Amino acid sequence: MAFKNYILVCGGAGCEANRGVDLYKTLQKELQEQGVENEAQVVKTGCFGFCEKGPIVKMLPDETFYVSVKPEDAKEIVAEHVVKGRPVARLLYDKTQSRTNAKLEDIDFYQKQVRIVLRNCGVIDPDSIDEYIARDGYDALAKVLTEMTQDQVIEELKKSGLRGRGGAGFLTWKKWMFTKQVASNEKYVICNADEGDPGAYMDRSTIEGDPHSILEAMTIAGRTVGASQGVIYIRAEYPLAIIRLENAIKQAKDYGLLGENILGTGFNFNIEIRLGAGAFVCGEETALIASTEGRRGMPIPRPPFPAVRGLWQKPTVINNVETYANIPMIVLRGGDWFAKIGTETSKGTKVFALTGKINNSGLIEVPMGTTLREIIYDIGGGIRGGKAFKAVQTGGPSGGVITSEYLDTPIDYEHLQKLGSIMGSGGMIVMDEDDCMVDVARFYQEFCVDESCGKCAPCRIGTRTIYNLLTGICQGRGTMDDLQKINEIGRAMQKAALCGLGQTAPNPVLSTMKYYEKEYLAHIKEKKCPSGKCRDLVTYYILPNKCIGCTVCARRCPVGAITGERQKIHTINQETCIKCGECLKACKFSAVFRR
Amino acid sequence: MAKLTLEELKKLREEKRKELNNRRTEGKDVQVIVGMGTCGIAAGAKDTFDAFLKEIDQSGLTNVTIRQTGCMGLCHSEPTVEVIVPDMPSVVYGNVNPDVAQRIVRKHIVGKIMINDHIFDKPAADIIK
Ligand SMILES: Cc1cc2nc3c(=O)[nH]c(=O)nc-3n(C[C@H](O)[C@H](O)[C@H](O)COP(=O)(O)O)c2cc1C
Repeated sequence: MAFKNYILVCGGAGCEANRGVDLYKTLQKELQEQGVENEAQVVKTGCFGFCEKGPIVKMLPDETFYVSVKPEDAKEIVAEHVVKGRPVARLLYDKTQSRTNAKLEDIDFYQKQVRIVLRNCGVIDPDSIDEYIARDGYDALAKVLTEMTQDQVIEELKKSGLRGRGGAGFLTWKKWMFTKQVASNEKYVICNADEGDPGAYMDRSTIEGDPHSILEAMTIAGRTVGASQGVIYIRAEYPLAIIRLENAIKQAKDYGLLGENILGTGFNFNIEIRLGAGAFVCGEETALIASTEGRRGMPIPRPPFPAVRGLWQKPTVINNVETYANIPMIVLRGGDWFAKIGTETSKGTKVFALTGKINNSGLIEVPMGTTLREIIYDIGGGIRGGKAFKAVQTGGPSGGVITSEYLDTPIDYEHLQKLGSIMGSGGMIVMDEDDCMVDVARFYQEFCVDESCGKCAPCRIGTRTIYNLLTGICQGRGTMDDLQKINEIGRAMQKAALCGLGQTAPNPVLSTMKYYEKEYLAHIKEKKCPSGKCRDLVTYYILPNKCIGCTVCARRCPVGAITGERQKIHTINQETCIKCGECLKACKFSAVFRR
Repeated sequence: MAKLTLEELKKLREEKRKELNNRRTEGKDVQVIVGMGTCGIAAGAKDTFDAFLKEIDQSGLTNVTIRQTGCMGLCHSEPTVEVIVPDMPSVVYGNVNPDVAQRIVRKHIVGKIMINDHIFDKPAADIIK
């Protein structure tokens, strides 16, 4: 026999610290005392997010969401909700706090996430076209082919305000209109699934979870701009996504939803997959086109834009995976529906890959305008190990950091840009007090050195020079002059580099220099790394007055740098020490000291 | 499969929607849905999938379908599994190793009792009706 109610009590670290365990026990006790232990089960769960409002209780099946629940509230929850079946109003989550969702009438939940792009991910079997069709799949295509003119599709996109999710945020309707307007007997539709920035996996997950949504949207694009051939450019490092795409293409062809005479309307559209070798620069549209044509993946100056002269010199629409995934929903629900979600300039949702020092890392989709605080604390469950939040990196090697001061900034294209970062494709890396910002900048610069195609001098030489200077600073050889140089080279690259890679490569360093100048100065003037990350700048000592000679550190040291007899004071040989910090972690007497 | 016309697509949709929403018609009223994106598979979702197959086989249950799906978004607690049992609210379990899979079959599916410490909140409401 199933229970009538399930009382889910959040067992995340935050809630437990807030007497969540007492709450769990008290609820069980109350069920017994009120004689309804067969009516409801109390279940302890994983972290539900919303940690600042914990302990959280969620009632099933009615999905009631209670916040800040104390053990003293257990009696009332059982008496009212379980016995009488009515919610305890004073404990309910006030959903008007969630500004962004309040606008969307049909989303009437406490959740911060709204899944449009990810609507089918984690719901359908990605290998089943039938399940995709069951959830309105290919209905948008049918509508476009039979009920809409090309201009009407563009008009809906215009109303929707959809902007490209690949980074630059260009209006999708304009791109499609430009391509449509160019007269040509041959046009192409490309899906950019290169996804090369470190920490990003939104596009991979979208394709793996819902490949048909991309095929459907590309076919809609083909019909709208007058193309009959599509290309999905995807890196070979995404084998599962490729297999699912291949399977989806085959199924769609079998059903006549792709190929010749689609749905009997006389419209032809084919899609082929092109594998990239995993170079970051091949995500840049002109380099991507070169690579697709079999040439070396190097960018060329624009204009002409691909809309005018793209693949095989023909007019080409090129959009990102996430951009496409939005399109069937816009066609079906209308541009006005989409435009209700988000902010003035940025409509709809954005998918982020939330990673780094966060409790609930994950793939999330939130309305534009959601604040970083909501993402990190309400969805992400806060910083791991109860450490202090330091910064979020968005936009990968083209982006910058956002500091704790700006946690309440609504996330959209304009706000992020104002802060010196960018939306990027959606990687969001959370950093805590242990992360060194100079080291972070050095990491991204190294990435750009590796990934620079070498065609233009500002990028080829600039990334290398900045990287060398940053390495010097991390190793204690930095001078104030270096900061000046980085600034000058960076500004020059922003103006002179050929493509987005070089133009944005200085962003991580310039952004961290702006917000964490003190950290740079500590490295340069005091030769110190405040977070202890830069090994060349830290020294480990054993404090003689605290060491009791327990030998734990000596046994833990991986290079045998610690000597000392049992019950005698130990010492660290600085020549041998590799500064891994294991001794600091191992010592129970606070005798190891880092400087 | 022959190529679809507009009408046939509509008919197919109606049929499949009923099937997806209501599998009872086939006598299989319990669904176990395993997240099998790269992230889930890397965390061991294939073993979890196999553990469900084995446990269901051994307990002689004939009313359970096991399906795969993409990433549910809960990367911090892969592998993730959604469990749908009639008369019970559907829930998402995280960190489902083969051992937890066995407990889900025995306690949740057979005993109708939810398991502590593994349930996570579904991240968002479904916008498709
Ligand atoms: C170095 C570099 C890498 C890029 N990588 C990607 C990528 O991986 N995926 C992507 O969609 N766009 C990427 N872009 C942006 C593309 O050039 C292009 O703007 C985008 O595909 C257009 O699609 P959208 O309008 O839908 O955003 C990259 C740009 C640069 C400069």
